[in-house]
Amino acid sequence: MLDLNHISFQAESENGEITIINDISLHLDSNKFIVITGPNGGGKSTLAKLIAGIEPITDGQIVFDGTDITNMNITERARLGIGFAFQQPVRFKGLTVLDLLRIAAGKNISVSEACEYLSEVGLCAKDYIRREVNASLSGGELKRIEIATILARDVRLAIFDEPEAGIDLWSFQNLIRIFEKMQQSENGRTILVISHQERILNIADEIIVLSEGKILRQGSRDEILPDIIGTKYASDVCRKLSEEA
Amino acid sequence: MAKMDAIQMQLLQEVAGLHEIPEGAYNLRANGETAGRQSTANITITPKEAGSGIDIHIKEGTKHESVHIPVVLSESGLKETVYNDFYVGDDADVLIVAGCGIDNCGTQDSEHDGIHRFFVGKHAKIKYVEKHYGSGNGDGKRILNPVTEVYLDEGSTMEMEMVQIKGVDSTERTTIAELKADAKLIVRERLMTHGQQSALSAYKVTLDGDGSSADVVSRSVARDRSYQKLDLCILGNAACSGHTECDSIIMDEGRILAVPSLEANSVDAELVHEAAIGKIAGEQLIKLMTLGLTEAEAEEQIINGFLK
Ligand SMILES: Nc1ncnc2c1ncn2[C@@H]1O[C@H](COP(=O)(O)OP(=O)(O)O)[C@@H](O)[C@H]1O
Ligand SMILES: [Mg+2]
Repeated sequence: MLDLNHISFQAESENGEITIINDISLHLDSNKFIVITGPNGGGKSTLAKLIAGIEPITDGQIVFDGTDITNMNITERARLGIGFAFQQPVRFKGLTVLDLLRIAAGKNISVSEACEYLSEVGLCAKDYIRREVNASLSGGELKRIEIATILARDVRLAIFDEPEAGIDLWSFQNLIRIFEKMQQSENGRTILVISHQERILNIADEIIVLSEGKILRQGSRDEILPDIIGTKYASDVCRKLSEEA
Repeated sequence: MAKMDAIQMQLLQEVAGLHEIPEGAYNLRANGETAGRQSTANITITPKEAGSGIDIHIKEGTKHESVHIPVVLSESGLKETVYNDFYVGDDADVLIVAGCGIDNCGTQDSEHDGIHRFFVGKHAKIKYVEKHYGSGNGDGKRILNPVTEVYLDEGSTMEMEMVQIKGVDSTERTTIAELKADAKLIVRERLMTHGQQSALSAYKVTLDGDGSSADVVSRSVARDRSYQKLDLCILGNAACSGHTECDSIIMDEGRILAVPSLEANSVDAELVHEAAIGKIAGEQLIKLMTLGLTEAEAEEQIINGFLK
């Protein structure tokens, strides 16, 4: 469904031009659950943004469902079925959760439909549906609303950038249940998750390790997981939290 | 309302949300003349003896009633100044809906200057909604210069919603409020200017009594080549609390001057001011574009939400 052919991304920095994504080629099949992991600063978020069209690639080609989308903008890619949940979701003064879910759904969905998406992400719908997506929401709440905006869309490729961050009171199990449910769609949806979490790596069909803008490893979970468990790429947030507590 | 034509009805709907004769007390003014008036047992509307305008007397203890006093202008070149005085009795709790719509298809300027004064009795509660709207594509300007004076007696509350989103070429809004002990003022202003429009909005709120409070929030959007000056001032002369907030989005070649000011004349006055001007955050546009909106659609959603 998605082919990245020799894509690179360079950006200007204080020390001149730097290469953030360095000649990556990648093929993703339909109906897969793929996890990208790797050290911080390795280029994971950047890669996701290149796929969504938020940053332009400086070299290479991106093909989505047989269409060359290299020169398409964000909107066009979104309309082809690419969804992206940000690592750091944006806040909006004035727009309510309901407004945002309606924009995501692309139609005036009913309040009860919108509430269903919120319930899916573990938010008590009636408390949130009329709330503004502004600074009054906590990081964790915002993160879940972000996930709900992807649920409200019928996407072919759903990209989640560190969705587990800030899930504080929400069980991991819930997040995994959402992914499983999303995968049961008829359209052969593929889910691409950026994560360090062992429990998410555990349900991956395929794992990609990205470091310094290059693919270090790529393969099935059984191939990759044993090698990276316990390394800096995989850690269990729940275990860490319980140790800190 | 037999005297009103389709354009006037449209204006009426924009500024007062009215499709038909409102319930309760009302005074409709169209092209400088009274187009309808109704008093109720508790709310009396009488024309002023000299000059143009009306006096509105609301009996003490009046609850859950409303007064509508919309003004519509559809004749090019009309210029009027109207004085409306509200006398609100103690303990009353009412909704007042004012507003002015101008449609100018002609070449001469049309102008409505409304001077509204509110004398609000002890422990009364007023919700005041004012919408200004302009339409018509003539060269004549649509000008609105409202002056609002609010005198709040002890323990009274006034909540004001002031909206001017479309079509007014030039506006100079002045709002003055004086508050006695435990009185409370809440203002929510929404402004949008486009084209070559200019809007000046000035507030001067004086907190004279202990326990009085004011919360004045203005949100505005300046598009195209329009200009706005927002002048929010609170004076604290007692043990009071005041908050002003000026939050603006600037677009295209718009210009905004925000002039916040606070003056404390009592050691127990607590006054806070916030002001921010900026363009729409790129991240907000990007997020909505990843949901399938075009950049222009995303902009529209963000502004609509902001001004809601
Ligand atoms: N537009 C940009 N300009 C300059 N540097 C960038 C830009 N985008 C990302 N970077 C840098 O590229 C590196 C990779 O970032 P990122 O993709 O966020 O990594 P990850 O998500 O794997 O932690 C970081 O060092 C980051 O600071
Ligand atoms: Mg990242």
